Amino acid sequence: MPIMMYRQALNLAMREEMRRDPNVYVIGEEVAEYQGAYRVTEGLLQEFGEKRVVDTPISEEVIAGIGVGSAMVGLRPVVEMMTINFAILALDQIVNHGAKLRYMSGGQLSIPMVIRAPQGAGMQLGAQHSQNLESWFMHVPGLKVVAASNPYDAKGLLKSAIRDNNPVIFLEHEMLYTTKGEVPEDDYTVPLGVADVKREGRDVTIITYLRMVGPVMAAAEALAAEGIEVEVIDLRSLRPLDIETITDSVKKTHRAVVVEEDWPTCGAGAEIMARLQETAFDYFDAPIYRVSSEDVPMPYSKNLERSAIPDEAKIINAVKCTIGRECKLPIRRSTEDIMKLTD
Amino acid sequence: MNKAELIGMYRQMVLIRKFEDQAGESYKLGKIGGFLHLYVGQEAVGVGFISALRPDDYVIGAYREHGQAIARGVSPRRVMAELYGKKTGVSSGKGGSMHMFDVERHFMGGHGIVGGGMPLAAGMGFAINYRDGDQVVVCFFGDGAVNEGAFHESLNIASLWGLPVIYVCENNLYGMGTAINRASAVPEVFRRAQCYDIDVESVDGMDLLAVRETADRAIRIARKEHRPRFVEATTYRFRGHSMADPGQYRTKEEIADYEKRDPIVKMRAYLIENGFFTDADVEAIDKEVDAEVADAVKFADESPEPSREDLFADVYA
Repeated sequence: MPIMMYRQALNLAMREEMRRDPNVYVIGEEVAEYQGAYRVTEGLLQEFGEKRVVDTPISEEVIAGIGVGSAMVGLRPVVEMMTINFAILALDQIVNHGAKLRYMSGGQLSIPMVIRAPQGAGMQLGAQHSQNLESWFMHVPGLKVVAASNPYDAKGLLKSAIRDNNPVIFLEHEMLYTTKGEVPEDDYTVPLGVADVKREGRDVTIITYLRMVGPVMAAAEALAAEGIEVEVIDLRSLRPLDIETITDSVKKTHRAVVVEEDWPTCGAGAEIMARLQETAFDYFDAPIYRVSSEDVPMPYSKNLERSAIPDEAKIINAVKCTIGRECKLPIRRSTEDIMKLTD
Repeated sequence: MNKAELIGMYRQMVLIRKFEDQAGESYKLGKIGGFLHLYVGQEAVGVGFISALRPDDYVIGAYREHGQAIARGVSPRRVMAELYGKKTGVSSGKGGSMHMFDVERHFMGGHGIVGGGMPLAAGMGFAINYRDGDQVVVCFFGDGAVNEGAFHESLNIASLWGLPVIYVCENNLYGMGTAINRASAVPEVFRRAQCYDIDVESVDGMDLLAVRETADRAIRIARKEHRPRFVEATTYRFRGHSMADPGQYRTKEEIADYEKRDPIVKMRAYLIENGFFTDADVEAIDKEVDAEVADAVKFADESPEPSREDLFADVYA
């Protein structure tokens, strides 16, 4: 099986879908002549031409609007937001329009659109270029939210997202683009809404997604050496959520840790924990712990940035807390603690 | 235009006027909820443009769009039923006053966010060019939209890419209760579009035939040359912004002055003066339209409400 980079897997997914369906086109800032800010769309212009690989001005609201409007009349846009941070300028078109047109029209319209965007920290890009906004989009009925953690899933999930008849927010991660993995050349898809059990274990379930899958797997490896068997679930889709798979796992392990790169307040983890206490309350032997980024804007300085996001040590610490081993809670500082600093 | 077309356009304006007056009455009776933005006074703009379109062209409006939906041929029954929140409504009772959709007639909504339809219109224009089609999109919005980012982003990209969209600003001089000269550094709306190198035209939106002539020209050029047009139609709404409008920001004299320029009265005078019809025809049309509106109300009243299951339908495709 060929080994390729995450960004190449995404590229292949788009190529295959564009070859399959003439209604699929790619649009965004620097996607064509520049070959993609992160080279995800590299070579698409050469294969498909400027009609189907469309460079735009820096106008995120109308870029999303072109996507939604063209989807209203049957095209299947793949919109690249250079980073998820810029999608904030397009929220009106995504949330007020794309997510609602089907419902408001009584089912007359569908919006088969994908918005692809990298998010996350790790490249010292500072507060305006390092955010994780999955929970913003997860909050909105009508949207689906997908997050691929590896090249295999990246290709399979993106193909499913492009074939889906709903607006899909497809989250990528800047730190994952050059990671490598096996990617079949055949026309496989990974279904939306189905989590992946990356590692089986009896003691603690870790629920995670996107870039955090890497440090979680490393932590699981280290914990295994100490005799703690962790089950790792990569959600792959955040809305819809594969609540069945995570509930089943927790019924087995009786303990759970959620690992996310976004902020804790109203983050994806908060939703997962709320759902789990509804579906598996009686099975828990310990509180669910959450490892997230610190509740601060992302700093620039390398050591501060590292300190703000989850890592292997923090994950191991949280797992140990759930099983009553020595740990160093609190895992993070709350907003209330942070505010005391200004008193 | 032949006699039948002229009378047809006149009749549509009368239908919209009477429909909207009735909607206002039904609102006062508590039959209609939410916001209700009436098109009374602005009928000539919607009718003038939409009558000039082909069935495969697209229309997209803002939140004062009942009249545009009717002009596009959506049955008044289904528009009224939508206002009444009934399952038989044009958007199955899910949209309401601000969200009328009839995709079969290429009426692509009612949109409640000021300026929000403008990027969507660009997207539909993009799709037309993508498929090498020769349709056009007519996008209605108010003068309140011209200070939104969506206005500027949309006009720039429409001009840059040659999108076949006719952007029609219905300048009724007030964005809700704020007069345009209190909101726009450049109150002549067409000048805002000129800086994107788009051909602009300003037209008296109270004059149906003038609007229609402008519409024919704009549509012909957009269709043939694949480029956008911008039309500022100066008009006036005789009623408040919505039913909740206290009306403190306009003088009675100003409203009375504009009422003297009522587009329906003007068109009626034209038709009579030119011998297209008589006072008796006017009465006959009034009677027919009254019956049509009464029928729409009866239909809406008697239609079933959506069910609890409908609540969950059509969130996802």
